[in-house]
Amino acid sequence: MNVLLCSLIVLIVSGVFAFSLNRCVKFANGMGAAGAVTACVVGLGALFAVYNNPTAAVFSIPWAIPCGSFSLGADALSAVFLFPVFLLSALSALYGFDYLKHYYGKKNIGAAWLFYNLLVASMALVIMARNAILFLSAWEMMSVSSCFLVLFEGEKRDVARAGLIYLVATHIGTLFLLVMFILLGKESGSWDFAAWQGTRAGFGPSLIFLCALIGFGTKSGFVPMHIWLPEAHPAAPSHVSALMSGVMIKTGIYGLLRIMTFLGMPCAWWGYLLIAIGSLSGILGVLFALAQSDFKRLLAYSSIENIGIILMGIGLGVVGLSVQNSFLMVMGFAGGLLHVVNHAFFKGLLFLGAGAVYHETGTRKMDLLGGLLKKMPITGFCFLVGAAAICGLPPLNGFVSEFLVYYASFKSISGSTSLVFAAVGIITSLALIGGLAAACFTKAFGIIFLGETRTACGQNAHEAGVFMRLSMVILAVACIVIGLSAPLFIGVFARIIADVSGSPLSLIQLCLMEAGPPLISVVVMAVCLFIVVVLTVLLRRSFLSGRVITRFPTWDCGYARPDPRMQYTASSFAQPVVDFFKGVLRTQKQAVKITRYFPDSPSFKTETTDLFSETVFRPMLRSMRRFTGKLTWLQHGKLQFYILYIVFALVALFIWKL
Amino acid sequence: MPAKIAQFILVLTLSPFLFGVLNRTKAFFAGRKGSPLLQLYYDIFKLLRKGAVYSTTTTWVFIAGPVVSLSAVITASFLIPWAGHPAVIQFDGDIILFIYLLGLARFFTVLAALDTGSSFEGMGASREMQFALFAEPALFLSLASLARVTGQMSFSGIFSTGVINFWPVYGPVFFLVFGAVFIVFLAENSRIPVDDPNTHLELTMIHEVMVLDHGGVDFAYILYGAAVKFWLLGTLLAGMFLGASSRGWMMDSAVFILQMSVLAVIVGVVESTLARLRLLKVPHFLIIALALSAVAFILTMRS
Repeated sequence: MNVLLCSLIVLIVSGVFAFSLNRCVKFANGMGAAGAVTACVVGLGALFAVYNNPTAAVFSIPWAIPCGSFSLGADALSAVFLFPVFLLSALSALYGFDYLKHYYGKKNIGAAWLFYNLLVASMALVIMARNAILFLSAWEMMSVSSCFLVLFEGEKRDVARAGLIYLVATHIGTLFLLVMFILLGKESGSWDFAAWQGTRAGFGPSLIFLCALIGFGTKSGFVPMHIWLPEAHPAAPSHVSALMSGVMIKTGIYGLLRIMTFLGMPCAWWGYLLIAIGSLSGILGVLFALAQSDFKRLLAYSSIENIGIILMGIGLGVVGLSVQNSFLMVMGFAGGLLHVVNHAFFKGLLFLGAGAVYHETGTRKMDLLGGLLKKMPITGFCFLVGAAAICGLPPLNGFVSEFLVYYASFKSISGSTSLVFAAVGIITSLALIGGLAAACFTKAFGIIFLGETRTACGQNAHEAGVFMRLSMVILAVACIVIGLSAPLFIGVFARIIADVSGSPLSLIQLCLMEAGPPLISVVVMAVCLFIVVVLTVLLRRSFLSGRVITRFPTWDCGYARPDPRMQYTASSFAQPVVDFFKGVLRTQKQAVKITRYFPDSPSFKTETTDLFSETVFRPMLRSMRRFTGKLTWLQHGKLQFYILYIVFALVALFIWKL
Repeated sequence: MPAKIAQFILVLTLSPFLFGVLNRTKAFFAGRKGSPLLQLYYDIFKLLRKGAVYSTTTTWVFIAGPVVSLSAVITASFLIPWAGHPAVIQFDGDIILFIYLLGLARFFTVLAALDTGSSFEGMGASREMQFALFAEPALFLSLASLARVTGQMSFSGIFSTGVINFWPVYGPVFFLVFGAVFIVFLAENSRIPVDDPNTHLELTMIHEVMVLDHGGVDFAYILYGAAVKFWLLGTLLAGMFLGASSRGWMMDSAVFILQMSVLAVIVGVVESTLARLRLLKVPHFLIIALALSAVAFILTMRS
């Protein structure tokens, strides 16, 4: 525990140093990155000790804040969420060191590192906090520091707008968390997590659960509370997007699981609700991802999809717990938790790859790019690994976690009626998500990296810096290694599932053991695949040896002047599916009508805005503004009066308490 | 074990033969004599002896396309039972891995197509992805019905229980599942009414246009991979009419090969008697498969 505290201190101190030494920009950049990497590596080292001996990992000092105590702890649940936080933060910091060089003299590098390190520290603090006030403070720190990072390029109009949307959305979420903590705290009279364990009766737990679902769901991007996510994630610098998409949104999942440990036996409908939200988030997330033309926005939407898959796993786990089907429970939770870790790796990897492309080409529009694999071979290869992993293709890590969720669903297919419908719903949604994700990521990789360069944007691109490449390669290797070694470490989740479900550890280990043979077979098949690939490659080589190999332009149907602009674009690739789902996607098309035989300036533009922000939130906020507009005289911007309000409020409270 | 090796080798050697049967059937309906039964073998051997021409646009992804696709399909063949006898490798949940291995093959075929930078191939890739989107859930749902009825979670489990014995009780379920899987089978193997393997115009092709720039060994791999995939998915259809294996391996195998040939004849008849659907109608056709499999699943809930 002390080591973990040290790493937090290193993070904060190095951030402050980087900020204060901003005048020497190279030093600030190095200081911030080195601090983050050191702290995270130290933290990673401490995690193994923490996992093996969770009872020793507690730390508590009194705190002057009312009801608060600075109590930290790290059990197995915390350790598993801390692992991706530290790993991805270290790699993103490494990457950011190269990435931010581009902004020397243009941006405040020191401030960027201060907020980055604060973000990492606050995420770790959220996961380790054992007191509601501390949790909320850390939560707030996380939201605010990430909001400042989103505003890194705040002079751009759309970035400023994204930051504002994020700030508002995250605080609406926090509001629900506040209500939830008050409900929990009022019942037990304490704000320490330790006092909250135990079963409750009546509507209380369900109400708390719903508050948690909305509050944490806003942070995690459950549909329909996701609207801030596709705005804020693309706007941030790429190493921050990787961190936000890869791990920050998972703090919501962590919070949900943590709260569930306090609520005792869950109701079955919680699980069904989670599954329903999960499949909705999964399908809509990937559908909107497919319709995007900005590749970072595409990745942001795909995070919503993956949160959906995680939720489906956890939902199955909750259903399994409530119907006393321990195998289903274990597989569901294990699949969901493994996907939390996996998604951190491949989404981090994809965002870093996307950042390298943006860094080199200066655009996020896929249709302007193309042919980058020749210029950026390593970035391209890593992006391909990430794309295959996120589609859940074997033998990579994404397959293993989806396999567990599928496996649990297939196992419960002969159970009771409601369970069967949940299982079939999950199977069908996962299959649909798989197909859509494959379309989405063949599009992303194919249009950005394959073919010919479409415009001048990519002409001068070259391979990313050495640290950027290093962090991407490490993540790509991690995706492959997890895919091949899943049976070895799946047992890690046993203790977490025991904590969340309150079931005996031995039972859970028994269930996990049952999943061993299929997982081992999957690995055997992966090895078979590898051997067959090697054999076919060797065979191909022996057939081609001594034969003539020539190079010639692509078959152009006899057309004399092929042009790179004639290539299929991202929007045309996605058009059949986007058109098919037009009822949901509502893609707007703007085209100049062609009237003459030789049109001079034809143009065509498509844009897919978010369904929920257009049809639900915008009208809602508009009517809210009509009402609150009448209260603007209260908010005049004079600080003295604001302080007066506080005094009045305090006096009123005192009088009420008298 | 020798039987397993034998059945693996038989799948790899016999699968191009089915295309010969299929083409003969089509030729019969067209009043032609048709190509030899072993034509695909000749084609593959001819292609294997050729050199290669690569587009100046392409990268290693173009070459990886056929290699990974063929490897994924061959690896998937480890999971498919033979004539009611268990597959080389079987485990609970191999259904999932099988479908995802076919997904891996598709993923790389599509990327190889996009690597050429040709609009035609982009078009084919886009369509392939769109159709797979509907075919995959239908296949999953159909297999879920079979899993529920037989109480098994692996291909070998499902297809070695003597599926034909379930027909009297679960007739409607099996009938619908057969319909759904047959539609998926036609779509995945680019057959009429979804795709026409003999079409001449690049604009109307789906699968063929994606491999337009492949030649020589690469194209041989693609043709061979398509043949093996045809066999594997066909096994799911033929397997629904298998009795419990009792007549010994040799006899079972002979019956099974006959069944597969009948399947090829049926596909030939379908191809000869149906017109190709308009591209915009293909998703509707595939949604029929999804609907059939959903209804089949609901029917399994009856008892």
